[in-house]
Order: sequence, then structure tokens, then C-alpha cells
Amino acid sequence: MNKIANKQVICDILLQHAATDKDIVVLCSDSRGSGSMTDFAKKFPKQFVEVGIAEQDLVSISAGLAACGKKAFAVSPASFLSTRSMEQAKVDVAYSHTNVKLLGISGGVSYGALGMTHHSATDIATLGSIPGMRVYLPSDRFQTAKLIEALLKDQDPAYIRVGRNAVPDVYSEAQVPFVLNKATLVRDGQDVTLIACGEMVNAAKEAGALLAKQGVSARVLDMYCVKPLDKAAVLKAAKETKFIVTIEEHTMYGGMGSMVSQLVAAEAPCRVLNMTLPDAPVITGKSQEVFDYYGLNAAGIVKQVLAVRK
Amino acid sequence: MNLKLKAVQIRKDIVTLVHSAGTGHIGGDLSVTDILVDLYYKQMHVGPELVHDPNRDRFVLSKGHSVEALYSVLADKGYFSKEELHQTYSKFGSKYIGHPNNKVNGVEMNTGSLGHGLAVGVGMALAGKMDGRPYRVYVVLGDGEMEEGSNWEAITAGAHYKLDNLTAFVDRNRLQISGTTEEVMTQEKQEERWAAFGWNVLSIPGNDIDAIDAAVTKAKATKGKPTVIIANTTKGCGVSYIENQVAWHHKVPTDAEYAQAMQELQAQEAQYE
Ligand SMILES: [Mg+2]
Repeated sequence: MNKIANKQVICDILLQHAATDKDIVVLCSDSRGSGSMTDFAKKFPKQFVEVGIAEQDLVSISAGLAACGKKAFAVSPASFLSTRSMEQAKVDVAYSHTNVKLLGISGGVSYGALGMTHHSATDIATLGSIPGMRVYLPSDRFQTAKLIEALLKDQDPAYIRVGRNAVPDVYSEAQVPFVLNKATLVRDGQDVTLIACGEMVNAAKEAGALLAKQGVSARVLDMYCVKPLDKAAVLKAAKETKFIVTIEEHTMYGGMGSMVSQLVAAEAPCRVLNMTLPDAPVITGKSQEVFDYYGLNAAGIVKQVLAVRK
Repeated sequence: MNLKLKAVQIRKDIVTLVHSAGTGHIGGDLSVTDILVDLYYKQMHVGPELVHDPNRDRFVLSKGHSVEALYSVLADKGYFSKEELHQTYSKFGSKYIGHPNNKVNGVEMNTGSLGHGLAVGVGMALAGKMDGRPYRVYVVLGDGEMEEGSNWEAITAGAHYKLDNLTAFVDRNRLQISGTTEEVMTQEKQEERWAAFGWNVLSIPGNDIDAIDAAVTKAKATKGKPTVIIANTTKGCGVSYIENQVAWHHKVPTDAEYAQAMQELQAQEAQYE
């Protein structure tokens, strides 16, 4: 079982590049520990800015740095980053088009029993609704590394959500298929397509294997690029498989499933089921307990698929 | 350059722009004019030939609704055509939006929602320190804008990082859209508030260009802390019937009012020529 959290991988990549790229700047809001950025702060103190518990300023200061040529990485719990500083993300980052990468750590329900204040199950809806803001939810540590490497090469705003804990690998060191803004085909199939993002990709991958044993051929797409959504992959799935199930660690409105449904309804109608968190504060528990309770796991996905097939 | 004369000429441009476009925030434009004139024509290292110079001074109009004043100065400085501005301001498809927009040459940052510009300025000043660049950062805030909590995060950070390359102005005209600042949400002891957070505080008559210029010079010489200049201004300064009138926050002059304003400003112009 993998022990390295995705956020740790981000720090490692930034550490590698910061030695030669002095324009990389990491900003934290008293979040360097939870963001796994303590190493970065120690090794590159001149490229690290602590703003204190002030998420609005975190984003505006990042934008000011970026406006003067810096590559700013604003690191804060996804819950606060995606709501408290939403207007700063809209005006100072997206609208002003500054090279700020918003890193939402401990995303989704990964703060578990800390409750709704700390959950960010609305971040795709809030930040994704901003024109010019990209939204990425990488699934495992290998893909996270590829994503950050790719984002270091561009000048555009983006929000990246990663969870608090280490998650099982979807890919392997040797095999990480990755093209920026293209969904990754985890498994091919003809009967149904499972489209997942973030930590739900692994559940979808497992579900694909379980379904195969029951004679159902499931395609599994890793839609880490929630925005810009890989429309071609979605439409291909809508045309080539009988129905689509989306799975995400997000509320039911305004997330990846909503975006897939909107696209499919307009351009290639087929049945789309959205598996999401409820439109309510989630039950108390650790991430996996929460996922299991709401059926956001391999067994729950299999059950949904089989129910629709009947 | 005769800065006082320049300020009157910019006021004429502002009044003309607001009158012809039929929109604008004329009261705040006229209150902030002298600050902009001193910065753009004397104190700041800026100009259309320097827009890509990494060492240029940075200006952020945090009270973005005073955009007609900023655009009038930028057009006069040659960043873009005054004619184009006056023909297209706020019109369909124009890049000259009713708040600063960095698609317009010379505008560093999009503003308009209050309480953003100072924190952006903190980031710009930090970048200057990191790279050892000589540029300075200037941010202009409204006094009503000081009600936004995010400013106080930025004020804390500016002092924490000892950003002596950062200068803030508060356009202290004592009015905001609904009434006096003291009626809406008291802004008294503005000087003490900033001082308590660790800033160098200067309080001046804010429509007096000589006083503005002296304050900016003092700010440049201050080491180890950022400076705020509390500019005690008159909203609507320069046009008698607009001065200190709450209603003129964003009222548009009628043709007769426009004629009177231009007459008054021409008289001031003659005085300085
Ligand atoms: Mg005011």
C-alpha cells in the first residue's frame, strides 16, 4: 500500500525545480505542515511566503507576485481556498490572468470527522464556474507528479485539489499515461463507461475489474482534468457504450458529473448517472467510511451499473 | 512641469469623459486626481515606453471605480489614444471597461471589487524584494474601502515583511455611496489604525499637490516599514456643485452642469497658466 500522499509529491516536484527556477514561489496560510511544504520552506526560505491565517490575502499576494514574473503556488486547505478566497481567485487570478496555481490540500471529505467547515465538496462548482480557471483532481501520486510537471510549463491559472492521505496507486512508476487535458483511459470497455476523478478513480478501476468477472465490459476514464473537461472522450463514451456513470467526491450539483451530463444531454444523449456526495452535510467519519456509507466505492459502483443494466 | 495646471486639465478630461459616456464615478475621480498627477507626472518611474520594463514602478488603483481619473491620466501620458478612450469608453465591446482592466495598456491589475489591491501590492512589493529590484509599488484605496476586512490582512502582511518599497494612499474624502463614512461605518482614527499595525503614517491635505509630493518623497526615504499617506481630500474637488455631495458619487452632469463645470475648471486653468 502506497504511503506517499499526493500533496507530498507536489512538494517534491517543486523542490526539484526551485533549485534552478528562482521564480517558483510557494505561499502558505499557516498551512505548511498540512500542505507538506515544510521541506520547501526550510530549503528555499527566500522562495517561500507565509501569509498567516488569511486566505484572501494568500491569493491576492500570490497574484501580485505573479504579476511581477513569479510562478506562485498558493497552498491552503481546499475548503478555505475554494470558498473564502473565491473572489480573489476570480478577480486577481482568473480575470487578471496571473500565473497562480491554487493548490487545495486535504480536499473533499479527507478531513473526515472535522466536519463540513473543513470539507471542500463544493470546490469544482465554485472555482470551476469562474471563466479562465482550470480545475484538476489528480487520482494518484504518479499522475500528480505528471500534472505538476506539466503545469509548471504554462502561465495560466489553475486549481488543483489533492486529498489529505496517501491513496492507492492507479498507475505505476513505469506506466503513467498522461496528456494534459486529456482523460486517461484506465480500462477499455463497450457496455458502460465509468468516469471518475480524484480518489474515486481507484474505486472505478476496481469496479471495472469486478464487473468484468460478471460479464460486463466497463470502460474506465480518469477525468483528472475536470475543467477543461475532455469532451471528446466523454462524447466517444456516450456513442460507444450504452450508458455512463460518473463518480466523484463532490456534492451533486455543479461537479464533474453535472458537466458530463450537460455535455451528453446536448450532444450525444444517453443515460448518465451521477454518483456523488449528498446535498447535505456528510455523515461523520473517515474518508473511506464516508465513501462506503454513500456507496462511493467499487461495490457501490457495481451495484449501480447492474441495477441500470436490468 | 506645472503639476497644478496638469491636475486641472485632467479634471477637464474626466468631466468630459463622464459627461459624454453618460456614466462614471465622478466624485471619487475628482478627489483622487491630484494623487495620480503627482505619481504619474513626477514621482513614479513609469511611462508608455516602460510597460515591459521589470524595473518600472507599479501602480494599483484599488478603488477601481475611479477609473475615469486613471484612464484620463494614462491617455494623457500616451499609453493609448485619448480619442479612442472618449469614443469607446463603456460602449459595447470596448476594452475600456468601467473599472481598471489590464487589457488596457498601462493598467497593471484588474480591480473593481474593493479590498483586493493592497494585498496585490504586497505581492508586487515582495517580488521586488526577492529579485532585488529598485521599483516601488503604489496602491490607492478609498476610505469607504477601508471597511473591507481583507485590507487589514494586507496591512498586517505589509508591516510583517517590512515592505518599505510599498506606499498606500487612503483617499480620505469622508464620503461613500450611502452617506458619510462616519454614518455608514466609522473610519475615524484612520492614522492610529495604520500606525497600530506598524506602518509609517503621513496625514496630509490630499488635494494639495505640494503636500502629496513631499509625502511621497518622505515615503521613499522611509526604511524598514511601508508608508500610508492619509490624503484628506474633498470628494468632487474642483467643481463647486459636486464637492462634498453624496449624490455625486456616480451622478452624470447634465449639459448645463457640464458647461458650468468646464467654465469653473477653465477659470482655474487660467489661474495656473
Ligand atoms: Mg470615499
